[in-house]
Amino acid sequence: MTVTHEAHPGHRQSFLTRYIFSQDHKIIGLQYLFTSLFMAVVGGFLAMLIRMQLGFPTAKFYWAQWLFPGGFANNQIKPDFYLAVVTMHGTIMIFFVLTTALSGGFGNFLIPLQIGARDMAFPFMNMLSYWLYPPAIVVLLLSFFVSGGAPNAGWTSYPPLSALPNAAPGSGLGQTLWLISLAILIVAFLFGSLNYITTILQLRARGMSLLRMPLTIWGLLFTAILMLLSFPVLFAAAIMLLFDRLGGTSFFVPAGLVVGNTVIQHAGGSPLLWQHLFWFLGHPEVYVLILPPMGIVSEVLATHARKPIFGYPFMVGSMAAISFLSFVVWGHHMFVSGMHPLVGMAFMTTTLAIAIPSAVKTFNWLATLWRARIRFTTAMMFAIGFISLFVTGGLTGIFLGSPAIDIYVHDTYFVVAHFHFVMASAALFGIFAGTYHWFPKMFGRFMNERLGKWHFWLTFIGIYLTFFPMHFAGIAGMMRRIFSTGLYAHLQGLAWVNIFISLAAFMLGAAQLLFIWNLFASLVRGQRAPANPWGATTLEWQTSSPPPHGNFPGALPEVHRWPYDYSVPGAPEDFIPQTVPVTAVPAPVHGGSGEGPPGGKGQ
Amino acid sequence: MIDSPRDADAPRTGRRYGLVVLLFVALGGALSFALARTRWWLPPGASTQAAEIDRLFTTTLIVTGIVFVLVHIFLAVLIWQGGRRTAPAAYWHDNRTLELTYTLAPAAILVTLIAMGAVVWARVHAAPPPDALVVEVRAEQFGWVFRYPGADGQFGRTDATRFLTRDNPLGIDPTDPAGRDDIVARELHLIAGRPVHIRLSAKDVLHSFFVPQFRVKQDAVPGMVQSVVFEPTRAGTYEIACAELCGVGHYIMRGKVVVETRGAFETWLAAQQPFAP
Repeated sequence: MTVTHEAHPGHRQSFLTRYIFSQDHKIIGLQYLFTSLFMAVVGGFLAMLIRMQLGFPTAKFYWAQWLFPGGFANNQIKPDFYLAVVTMHGTIMIFFVLTTALSGGFGNFLIPLQIGARDMAFPFMNMLSYWLYPPAIVVLLLSFFVSGGAPNAGWTSYPPLSALPNAAPGSGLGQTLWLISLAILIVAFLFGSLNYITTILQLRARGMSLLRMPLTIWGLLFTAILMLLSFPVLFAAAIMLLFDRLGGTSFFVPAGLVVGNTVIQHAGGSPLLWQHLFWFLGHPEVYVLILPPMGIVSEVLATHARKPIFGYPFMVGSMAAISFLSFVVWGHHMFVSGMHPLVGMAFMTTTLAIAIPSAVKTFNWLATLWRARIRFTTAMMFAIGFISLFVTGGLTGIFLGSPAIDIYVHDTYFVVAHFHFVMASAALFGIFAGTYHWFPKMFGRFMNERLGKWHFWLTFIGIYLTFFPMHFAGIAGMMRRIFSTGLYAHLQGLAWVNIFISLAAFMLGAAQLLFIWNLFASLVRGQRAPANPWGATTLEWQTSSPPPHGNFPGALPEVHRWPYDYSVPGAPEDFIPQTVPVTAVPAPVHGGSGEGPPGGKGQ
Repeated sequence: MIDSPRDADAPRTGRRYGLVVLLFVALGGALSFALARTRWWLPPGASTQAAEIDRLFTTTLIVTGIVFVLVHIFLAVLIWQGGRRTAPAAYWHDNRTLELTYTLAPAAILVTLIAMGAVVWARVHAAPPPDALVVEVRAEQFGWVFRYPGADGQFGRTDATRFLTRDNPLGIDPTDPAGRDDIVARELHLIAGRPVHIRLSAKDVLHSFFVPQFRVKQDAVPGMVQSVVFEPTRAGTYEIACAELCGVGHYIMRGKVVVETRGAFETWLAAQQPFAP
């Protein structure tokens, strides 16, 4: 670690140790990002299959039958394959795309750079963390090819459906593989989160006190804490479910069940136990996906608005409040699941309480944009778009957090609309904002802004056109995960809504090809970027692009001020890097820039 | 510094972006709700709790709708102005009064909504009135079975693992005298204006009893019996949907509810075959 890192005698890197089994956090971050991108293509493709069925239930898709001979019959998707697609879409997007891209990708790339460290605290464990991810993918995708096919109990895998192999086609080997894959991935996440917490707490540069950390680091720190505390619970639950399936135990299966005509031999378990364990992870997981984008967006907004982030202490405090509350709201997923109604009352209170810090963050972002001088880079446009999506998704959360309304909208498309706004789209916008913003740092080149703008407009408009009408489908009573709306009288009017949503979704999906093209084309022939192209203040911009092995040539930087000194009156430029001493350019107002505790752990 | 976008482009992009947020998101969002109300909305309510839940839903929609529109108008203005600004941005990043205002204002609104929601939730989960009609509903892959207690008002013991046959889909114990007059049906019949107490169970996996017009939804959990209490108000025929993923046939798990007058109900009940005549 530390200063002598570059001067290791015999620290030679072959191609293999440099790009494949790398222990450099920057390479590991990029490995995570590119692997997540691959999974996003898989998960996005599955989403298109879902929309094909819901929008055009009678159309015949010859190419799809050719591609999935087992999943299609008569050129139309089969109900069991449809459910498998829904299950895998959810699993892949939440665990294998958003979590890995944000925590694995941006977490790895940014943490040491932004806090002024040479690398992660445990580089070898960091490498192991990445190298558990591809095996988890292989095991997961294998389930498409085993008998019975991929799991079709939904991404929540509620038992008994997921516990009893004869309850559904995908409840066989496919479900077992799903559990094993998730268990492997959780170990990767735990390696990662231990690394992030240790690195942030121990390896900050001299002068980098906690309250001088960029908000991205705060977001990633709280995320790592959430992961460390919640993922082991899902790990335990997954192992228990494996035992139920393979070892004859009965954690989740009660006595007296008859599936088909077979009497089930299990006795004494509770299906609700799984739901409690699952959502004890599942709800914090939502914030695992949204806290890093909150940090990224704050960073991008401040940089491209040329303004200090508004209310920094409240921003940190609200992230802390959100993180804490996220552990005491899981029951709102279980209002109609058979939990005692009085418990529902408690969960309603905590759930709606979490809206308060979320509102604080939103208003702070708006206040940051007030009297700003905005540069409309693609990164900035995605960051502003994030605010809009977060507000829209957050407001519909109030309906779901109120248990009496939830009675009706629970398990309908209203829920699908809600979480696709707040944690799918908003998280994705955080990823896009971060990618366009840090791409010059990652590769020393710019992404194409013109293509980026096209990508932004099609994505922003596409998301609203796709997910906003889902609210109406939900209000009309359309159940989630339903294969076809044709049978129910109350869903007869929804055919056109579903066609509209599907067409918008296809456009949204196609727009992402622009991004992928832009990404790879810019890697090769993007315009060269200087070290600090945006005029940003944080430490990663004070080193070369891309940064060398060990991040900072020579001595580690020293930090003298908070990360958001933009447009300080009297300063020669509209930004003052964190490394500039206070005496050199006086900071007139804020405590974070001048005085404040001399902090940081140093080296 | 990157030359694209040049600062000169900012006003144009800011105007365009602000307009999209204003017209497409704020106005489009509000108008599409108005359009949806006419065609894709809550099915007409047919129970006493439907009226209460709808009122809460509408109140919440108005409150969140106002916030949605105002925040987006504000956002649009900020984008519009931020793009045109040529003076340096303001160095302005702390205002405790402002921050406390927008911490406490949402808190006050949320406390109000919590209180309103709690009242409805408590009422929906109140103990069943003594005169409620008691019906057992059992969910299975992929259909619904209903049981009425018969003249003695008692349900017989059941054990699906021992007594389940094609003629005895609930596995009623033939040796239990209380079960002899039980009526097992494939349709749910209810009396308009009389509260019903449903005892909900599941035979195999999780299901969810969902009648959109009654605003009733409750998971059926294997190994547990759930109480669902409501009062149908309008005569008619409704559908029961399964709202919880329960396997391949999830989408065809449809049931039928008939709400009718007391007389029609009695006639229907009398025509049903008791379990062991």
